Amino acid sequence: MTTSISTRRLSRLAYSGLWSLPLPLWLAGFFLGPMILLIWLSFWDVRNFLLTPDFQLENWQKMLSANYFWAAYLRTTLIAISAAILASLVALPCALAISFFLGLKARMVVLGLFVVPFFTSYLVRIYSWQIYLTENGIIMKTLAAVGIDSGSLLNTPLALMVGLVTLTLPLVIVIQSISMLSLDKTLIDAAYNLGCGPRRVLFATVLPAVRPGIVLGALFAFIFSFGDFVTATYLGGGKFTTLSILIADTVKSGQQWPRAAVVSLVMIATLLVSALGAISYAYRRA
Amino acid sequence: MANTTLTRRALLKSGAIAAGTLAMPSIVRAQTATEMTMLAWYGQAEPDAVAEFEELHNVKITPKYYVGGEQMLALLAQSPPGTYDLIHADAEYVQQLVFAKFVEELDPNDYAFDDFFPEFHRFPGHWSGDQLYAVISRFGFLGISHNLDAVSVKEAMSYDMLWDEKHKDKVGHFDWHLPNLGVLSLKEGNSQPFNISEAAWGQLMNGTLSLKPQVRGFYDYGGVLSSLKSGEVTVMPGIGEWITGVLRRDGANVTTTIPEQGGIQFTESFSIGRGSQRADLAKKFIQHVSSPKGQFNLANLNVFPAIVPSKPAWEQMISERPEDARHLGMFKGEGNAIDLIRKERIHIRELPVQQELEDWNDFWSAYKSA
Repeated sequence: MTTSISTRRLSRLAYSGLWSLPLPLWLAGFFLGPMILLIWLSFWDVRNFLLTPDFQLENWQKMLSANYFWAAYLRTTLIAISAAILASLVALPCALAISFFLGLKARMVVLGLFVVPFFTSYLVRIYSWQIYLTENGIIMKTLAAVGIDSGSLLNTPLALMVGLVTLTLPLVIVIQSISMLSLDKTLIDAAYNLGCGPRRVLFATVLPAVRPGIVLGALFAFIFSFGDFVTATYLGGGKFTTLSILIADTVKSGQQWPRAAVVSLVMIATLLVSALGAISYAYRRA
Repeated sequence: MANTTLTRRALLKSGAIAAGTLAMPSIVRAQTATEMTMLAWYGQAEPDAVAEFEELHNVKITPKYYVGGEQMLALLAQSPPGTYDLIHADAEYVQQLVFAKFVEELDPNDYAFDDFFPEFHRFPGHWSGDQLYAVISRFGFLGISHNLDAVSVKEAMSYDMLWDEKHKDKVGHFDWHLPNLGVLSLKEGNSQPFNISEAAWGQLMNGTLSLKPQVRGFYDYGGVLSSLKSGEVTVMPGIGEWITGVLRRDGANVTTTIPEQGGIQFTESFSIGRGSQRADLAKKFIQHVSSPKGQFNLANLNVFPAIVPSKPAWEQMISERPEDARHLGMFKGEGNAIDLIRKERIHIRELPVQQELEDWNDFWSAYKSA
């Protein structure tokens, strides 16, 4: 009898172990492994354009003392925060409408439509925005027809935001909607029964209850925007040097992979701290 | 009645015969065509560039394209000798190839240098002492590329026009420090734009930074083409006919002007890779592209047009493609490409001499962020 129980326990352990195995394996193979390689690489040297294994701190000293690195860091952070706030603000009414005003069928269709943009290449979507935003593009020509001449919108902070919101908005809407759909609707009824108006219901009941969804949506928007290269290059015209552009520049000239590794590690550290901070805030008890 | 049942063995046999018959032409081709590898900038091993040679010598050229001389050096450093039979490189990187022993010595008697203008008989950078390592294939000039609707040739005769208020937000940059800082160094009056003192380097940095308010953006190859074509940008320093020639084929009203302060010359060349097992074939390829016919073809490559050093190819360009020849500077008389070189208005693009390459690169990053 004891043998049978322990065999069953062992088999259950093996079963759960089998299911749990892919996660640590994936993390080890695709996160920890490359991370260790990246850290190691950041101490290498480049001699005659050739990567040479070494252990020297010069790459770290060079990058962390460069003004242009910190300028790019600050700019990237501000752009990513702005994109995250903008995407969250635009997504909020959409998610509220999807969750509270649409019927089940319409809700599924609309949520499905927000997934459709992911079927096409992000690069292609950004290139197509160039056609709209350029001086001879549709938007400028329409504005010019009604007497407004504002030049090109390309290579401006506005174009940057358009690109980053294009990238992140569908995802933020889906995350916020899922969060709102899982909200216990009796809370809203209770708030109304207690005499709250619609505005108070929204700000005192709905938004605090869906805080994890809003924060996680904003976090994803921040993460994607922070590491984005395509928008900064093709809609920003390379004029707003972000950390991703800096990595490309560092590698392109002089084959300085170790210095690019330093920039990458700073980016990863920033994203890890941001993610941990955001998650702890999202699930903190009010 | 005959037994018509198809057995499994018969089916397999018929299938094998059919598959063999269908695959035969490619098997025969694969057996007979020699494969030759080429490390090159994009476009140099496309059909318009190599098909004739491939057919003539029953060879298949397999390219490995790179972007930038430093990537080329890194690729060579990571590959065993003999990986690449042909290496296509800019002149400033040939010395690095020689220094790292990535290329074979060449015999000048094997190539038709007599067909070339005298300036290219002993092109600096391709020789180390008395030893030849590379044969020039094409070259071009970098100055000011501009939209003729917005900037006239007369106006583009000075780099000072880049600072003109009317071109504010209309100046673009190809995102590579070397050609940009090269032409701006000429604007600062440096007779050797890449060999400048620390004081001159400081002056060049300040001068370049003062241009930033005029700048619309920094572009890669595709971005340069689309921004100049769409009118987003009307003027770009540090590029040349390798961009405007392509745009003109597409109907754009653009050209490249070499200002009075001078221009920069880029140069393409072919070398034979160290340890190549097909060095004889690689030599034949270089001989082919150095011939008048090969040179005429190189001047008109789809990837972009360029000037060639061969005198007979110039004659052919002037008679068969006069408009392209005119834009490229391949015409007779004053102001042609050779005349500009002889008047010392053209300076060969080099790596910085008195500063480290990374100093120039770091400044370029700072300039973009300014």
